[in-house]
Amino acid sequence: MSTAALDAPGAALAAPPGSAEGRRLGRAAGRSALPLRRLATRAGALGLGLLAWHLAASHRLDLGPVTFRNVPAPAEVARAAWSLAQSPKLGAHVGASLARVLGGFLAALVAGIGLGLAIGRSRLAGDLLLPPLEVLRPIPAVAWIPLAILMFPSSEASMVFITFTGALFPILLNTVHGAEAASPRLVASARSLGAGRAAILREVVVPAALPSMVTGAAIGMGTAWFCLVTAEMISGQYGIGYFTWESYTLQNYDDIVVGMLLIGLLGMGSSVAVRALGRLAMPWTRGGRA
Amino acid sequence: MSAAPTSAAGRIEIAGAAIRLGTGTAAFEVVRDIDLAIPSRQFVCLLGPSGCGKSTLLGALAGHLGLARGRLALDGQPVAGPHPERGIVFQQHTLLPWRRVVDNVAFGPKMRGVGRTERLARARDFLALVGLADFAERYPAELSGGMQQRVEIARVLINRPRILLMDEPFGALDAQTRLMMQELLLDIWTRLPTTVVFVTHDIDEALFLGDRVLVMSARPGRILEDIPLAFPRPRGRDLVTDPDFVALKRRCLDLLRPRDGQSPLPRLTPLGLPLQGAA
Repeated sequence: MSTAALDAPGAALAAPPGSAEGRRLGRAAGRSALPLRRLATRAGALGLGLLAWHLAASHRLDLGPVTFRNVPAPAEVARAAWSLAQSPKLGAHVGASLARVLGGFLAALVAGIGLGLAIGRSRLAGDLLLPPLEVLRPIPAVAWIPLAILMFPSSEASMVFITFTGALFPILLNTVHGAEAASPRLVASARSLGAGRAAILREVVVPAALPSMVTGAAIGMGTAWFCLVTAEMISGQYGIGYFTWESYTLQNYDDIVVGMLLIGLLGMGSSVAVRALGRLAMPWTRGGRA
Repeated sequence: MSAAPTSAAGRIEIAGAAIRLGTGTAAFEVVRDIDLAIPSRQFVCLLGPSGCGKSTLLGALAGHLGLARGRLALDGQPVAGPHPERGIVFQQHTLLPWRRVVDNVAFGPKMRGVGRTERLARARDFLALVGLADFAERYPAELSGGMQQRVEIARVLINRPRILLMDEPFGALDAQTRLMMQELLLDIWTRLPTTVVFVTHDIDEALFLGDRVLVMSARPGRILEDIPLAFPRPRGRDLVTDPDFVALKRRCLDLLRPRDGQSPLPRLTPLGLPLQGAA
């Protein structure tokens, strides 16, 4: 087709009212850096938390139902962290844990999104899959340990499985919710434009569910780390969870807190990474409304 | 190809049509006894009170709703399911938010398997047709409501539909933009003539646009009156003060005046019953 054939009757109309009202576009960076004041407030809050911890631990505060008598002080924890940082074991611990969490998370991503889309779009799939999944959902990771050991030939696979159980349900349920929420009008207009079932899924349902999937994935990433200590109770030698658990059995209290903080930091970092990847995958949610 | 006439004729025939919505005991007849023939390339406006079933009838023409009785055919072929040759423009918010404007317009050709370069070039042509050549790379949310509806029109026309179905397409726009869109639509229609079925409850809009206005009764919707409009084209804004226009407007107002004891009904959609919550 030649452009000339269609040369714009609307062109003359385009400029005045249309563009004027269209100029609320604003690619304004929605999430630019926080103002310095708020950053300072947040840093201050962390500092206050540390101070409270230090005071409680150094004065061996005893409140009756809860006591800080055996809680290591921040300085002791920092020393323990420093010596762990010096040791070659840190890399092995972090590497082993990352591999397990990522393995479980990725498996949960595939299973959760696949099952979630099926359940969200097909009543039959929902009727078949939801009842057994609802029974499995409340089972805590710890309760899976014996069965995981029995079901998987390698302890590595059973650890990955346990982080998988943690990550699966948030991803699955959010995907179901997102797929169900795909607007019937969008689906109908896509059908009128010639889209078949597969195209509807690819072009409408999946992108519509993507924000929910990202939320589910970020939560799932957190719960995968949450299950790490449980998973690594099975482990023979490496992993942050194993390190934490081992420190407990060896009564190395400083190291317990180091392990806890490491898990917290790694968990937070990977959830942030998931959200950042999600934003990259959804350019239409940046700027504008949407 | 210059202003290529749309492929086939676009004749609509409806005989003894009735549409039911709802299930079980809640089911009710929305429209009944619709007999209607629309010749090729006629611009028909369906005018009626809210909830009278005019959008429902449009949904049946689009293939999103089935008939309970009767027959509905396009160029002799019974309507079965949605098809790009029966393009439909909804009131608002049916562009894919995750696709740039140009990709939204190229959606139909993509579904037909047209290659990327060609379909994007074609989409740009149609964006130029609706005066949005400069907005191709934007996302729909970055456009105003009026601009989004223009994209919507381009996205449907790129498929060269035999009939163009419009469900109160300018109903959500402010008055100023609505007038501009009406003129734009007539302008496009003279370049790419197709049969148009345009649903509205705005009498001025119906009289300004159509070759013919069909006035529908309240539920169950039937066609009360079939009014041909002989106003010459191209039509300008001064038409609305023409004495004949005013006389016809008075007649439509009379036909649409609610009977005693009738309360307004909720708006129906071309997809059936209104969705809870969703606007």
